[in-house]
Amino acid sequence: MAKPRVYGLLAEYETPGELYHACEKVRDAGYGAWDAYSPFPVHGLEKAMGLRASIVPYITCVLGLTGAVFGFCIQYWVAAIEYPLIISAKPFNSYPAFVPVTFECGILLGSFAAVMSMFGLNRLPQLYHSLFRAKRFARVTDDRFFIAIEARDPRYDAAQTRALLQSTGALEVEEVEA
Amino acid sequence: MSHYIPPTHEHDLDPLEGRTALIQGNPTFGEVTEAVVRPIEQPHIAWWLFFLPALGLLSLFGLSVGWVVWEGIGAWGNNVPVGWGWPIVNFVFWVGIGHAGTLISAVLFLFRQKWRTSINRASEAMTIFAVICALQFPVIHVGRLWVIYWALPIPNQMAAWPNFRSPLLWDVFAVATYFTVSLMFWYVGLIPDLATMRDRAKSKIGQIAYGLFALGWRGSARHWVNYESAYLLLAAMATPLVLSVHSIVSFDFAVSQLPGWHTTIFPPYFVAGAIFSGFGMVLTLMIPLRVWFRLEHIITIKHLESMAKVILLTGTLVGYAYGMELFISWYSGNPYESFVFANRLFGDYWWAYWIMTSCNVITPQFIWFKKIRRSPIALFILSIFVNIGMWFERFVIVVSSLHHDFLPSSWGYFTPTIWDVATLLGSFGLFFTFFLLFLRFVPVIALAEVKSVMPRANPHYVDPNRRAKAPRPEPRVAAGEMVTHEESTPEAAHEPADDGLSFPPPPSPEPGTTLRADDETEDKNG
Repeated sequence: MAKPRVYGLLAEYETPGELYHACEKVRDAGYGAWDAYSPFPVHGLEKAMGLRASIVPYITCVLGLTGAVFGFCIQYWVAAIEYPLIISAKPFNSYPAFVPVTFECGILLGSFAAVMSMFGLNRLPQLYHSLFRAKRFARVTDDRFFIAIEARDPRYDAAQTRALLQSTGALEVEEVEA
Repeated sequence: MSHYIPPTHEHDLDPLEGRTALIQGNPTFGEVTEAVVRPIEQPHIAWWLFFLPALGLLSLFGLSVGWVVWEGIGAWGNNVPVGWGWPIVNFVFWVGIGHAGTLISAVLFLFRQKWRTSINRASEAMTIFAVICALQFPVIHVGRLWVIYWALPIPNQMAAWPNFRSPLLWDVFAVATYFTVSLMFWYVGLIPDLATMRDRAKSKIGQIAYGLFALGWRGSARHWVNYESAYLLLAAMATPLVLSVHSIVSFDFAVSQLPGWHTTIFPPYFVAGAIFSGFGMVLTLMIPLRVWFRLEHIITIKHLESMAKVILLTGTLVGYAYGMELFISWYSGNPYESFVFANRLFGDYWWAYWIMTSCNVITPQFIWFKKIRRSPIALFILSIFVNIGMWFERFVIVVSSLHHDFLPSSWGYFTPTIWDVATLLGSFGLFFTFFLLFLRFVPVIALAEVKSVMPRANPHYVDPNRRAKAPRPEPRVAAGEMVTHEESTPEAAHEPADDGLSFPPPPSPEPGTTLRADDETEDKNG
C-alpha cells in the first residue's frame, strides 16, 4: 500500500510571543513554503516571517481612480452628449455638479477592488485545505498559534524539520496528510 | 516596587501600556471566545420575547407599505405645501443613525482608537440595518416604486437619462455606495469570526452555513497581510464616504432655494447630528446588550464613557449649529429667513422645535458630569432622549420649513395619518428583526479584533502565571530588525518593572487581578 502523501509538519504554540520567535527561526533556517496561522493578526509577524508588503493598495488605487474617471465620463456623456437638456441655466458640462457622483463611483470601485483583490491574492474562497485534517488546527480560530512547513519545500526533511520545529518550543508537532 | 491604587473601580491595567485595560479581568483568548459565542450556542429563551414583537412590528410595516402602494402615497399625510412629510423625516432619521457604525469602524480605526474593537461589530450591524430602513422610505415615497430603477443611468426605451445635477440623484449614489461599502466592510471583518463559528459548530447545518460564509478562512499570516491591508484601505475610503453621505443628504435641502433649508452650515451640521444620533442609538442598543449577554468585561464602563464623550462633542456641535442658524437668520437681514426661524420657534410647530432643542442641546450637557457618563442607566435614559430629539430635528427641518409657503394663501398644517405612524413604527420592526437575527447567529463582538488589542496578543507579553514553568526559548534577533526585542531578553523579562504601574508578583493564584509589565520599553509595534 502506498504511503499517503504528506502536506507537511504542523507545530502548535500557545502564545503570540512563542509564535513570533519560532517564525524568526524558521525564516532564518531558509524555508520558503511555510506559513504561520493565528486567530488574529500578530503585530510584526510579517517581519518575523520575512514577508513582503501587500500589493492590495496598488490595485485599489488604480481601480479607485478608474471608478472616478468612469463616474465622471458617464455623467459628461449623459449630460453633454447623449441627452443634453438645459437645467437651471447650467452649461451642459456642469462639472462642479458632477463631483459627488464622481467621488462615490471612485469609492465604490476602490472598495470592491480592495476586497476582491484581497480574496484573489489569498485564493479565497477555498473551502477545503489539507490543514483542516488536523484536529488541533480547529483552535487556530480560537486561541492557538501554528506554523506549518510544507513538504514541497526543497529544504523539507521529515526528521530535520521536525527537530527544528521542536527546538522552537512547540507544544506539539504533527505530520499532516495532503 | 509599589502598590498601585486604582483610580476607579476598574482594577486592571494594561501591563504593557499602563492604561486601564480594554478587556477587564485579563481573560485568555479562549475565555473571550467562550464569552462571546455563548449566547449563540446556548440561546436565551428571552430572545423570543424580543423577536416576536419585532416580527409583529415588521408585519405592521408590510401592511402599511402594502396599503400605501395600493392606495398611493395620499394614504400618508403629505400634501401641498408639505410634500416631504414623514417619509423624508424617517429617511434622514434612519440614515443618520446609520452613521455611527462606519464612524466607529473606520474613523476610530484610522485614529488607532483601540476601544472601538469591543463595539464595532454590533454598531456596523446597526448601520447596515438602519440604512436598509432608510432606503425603504424614498423608494416608497416615489409613488410608483416599480420604476425606481429610473434613478439609475440605465439605457431604456424612452432614451431618457437621469439628471446628474440634482442632489436627489447624488443621494441615490451616495446612499447606495454607503450601503455597499458598509456591507463589505462588515463582512470582511466577519470572516475570521465566521471561521471561529465554523470550527466550533456541532450541527451539520451550522458547519455548512458558517463554513460557506467563512470562505475557508484559516488565519494564515500571509492572508492576514493582505487582509489587514484591505481593511485599512476600506477604513481609509469609508472615512470620507461617511462624511460625504450625510453632506449629500443635507444637499437635498441646502441646494434648494427655500428659507430654512438654503444654508451653507447644513453639511457639517448634518454630519455632526448623524454621529450624535448614531452614537445615541449605539448606547441604546449596547447598554442592555452588555448586561443581557454578560459582556460587561468586554464592553466596559470605559467604552460607554468614550461613546458618551463623542455624544457630548457632537451634541454640542449640533447646539452650536442651532444657535448659528438663528444668528444668521437675524444677521442676514433676509426677511424670509428671519420669518421662517421666528415661525419655527413660536409658530404652529413651536412644540416640535422645543422638544428638539431640549433633547439635543440640554441632554448631552449632563455628560460633563463624570458620575453620569459612567452610569449605564443614566446614559441609557440620555440616549433615548437623543433618539427622540434627533427624530424631531428632522421633523422640524422638513415640516416647519415647508408648511408656510411664500404666499400666505398657500400656508398649511401637516398632520400625519395613521399610515404615517404605522410605517414609522413598522420600520423599527424591520430594524429590530434584522438586529435580533444578527444577535442570534453572529458573534456580537469582533473576536479577532478584540483579541488583537488584548495585552497577551503582544509578542512582548509574558503571562505571570506561566513564567515559572518552562523558560521561554532564547529569542533570536536578526541584526537591524525588531530593535525593541533586543531589550526583552529573558533576564529583563524576569525583572519586575518598577514604573509605578506594575503589580507585585501574584501573592494569590488569582489570575487577572495581578499583572506586571514584561517590558519597560513602550511597544513600538503596537
